[in-house]
Amino acid sequence: MNMIDKAFGVAPQALVLRAQRFELISANIANADTPGYKARDIDFADALSRAREGAAPARVTHPAHIATSDLRQAVLYRTPAQATLDGNTVETEQEHAAFMDNAIRYQASLNFLNGRIKSILGALRGE
Amino acid sequence: MSLFNVFEISGTALTAQSVRLNTIASNLANAGVVGSSPDEVYRARYPVFSTALDAARADRGTAGVRVEEIVESTVEPRKEYVPGHPMADEEGYIYRASINSVEEMANMISASRSYQSSVEAMNTTKQLIMRTLSMGS
Repeated sequence: MNMIDKAFGVAPQALVLRAQRFELISANIANADTPGYKARDIDFADALSRAREGAAPARVTHPAHIATSDLRQAVLYRTPAQATLDGNTVETEQEHAAFMDNAIRYQASLNFLNGRIKSILGALRGE
Repeated sequence: MSLFNVFEISGTALTAQSVRLNTIASNLANAGVVGSSPDEVYRARYPVFSTALDAARADRGTAGVRVEEIVESTVEPRKEYVPGHPMADEEGYIYRASINSVEEMANMISASRSYQSSVEAMNTTKQLIMRTLSMGS
């Protein structure tokens, strides 16, 4: 890890995870009317600490092996506040809230990265 | 970049919801249709949604939605005694499609709400992608 990577800290991994969380939440919103669909989300803190440790996924050396990705281990099912008869556990309002929350935190990480990039550029130029 | 997958997933939802809106439009258009036998009268159609599992996305725990099939309502058409009606059978009965307009309208509101949700998700994602692209400038 070089100095510039260190300067960015955890923000790049956080951005990648946030993007993956967007995918999960948009899948929940897309399946809001699908009977039997179970809403999913990630435990962000857990997923981030996995990503930081750099735990490599198990290598797939045989076609019968099941690939394990870091994210997959962190994906959990939501517990619905109100159960529905068709077995769907998506609560659209909650998903919207989670989506906006994720959007703001994604922007926060982006701003942080932007600030760091500007500082490094400033240091390189000797301004 | 996995942010682009949001477009794919939300896109499947838009397709599915527009199929649902189409069936509702067809049901509403055919409300009050009359026939001479219960078999030839229009029956309400409804799409059945299911999760579109594909191997690449299943690994990340995400999936889109697709229309599994379109089923016809099992509600029997209403039988009415109108001997003077041009469509009446020998006994003077006509069969009217049993479509509940109020139910269809409620279904339509639900479908358009779900459609809007996915459009909003796509819009937010688009803004974030644009900001990510302009990072460091």
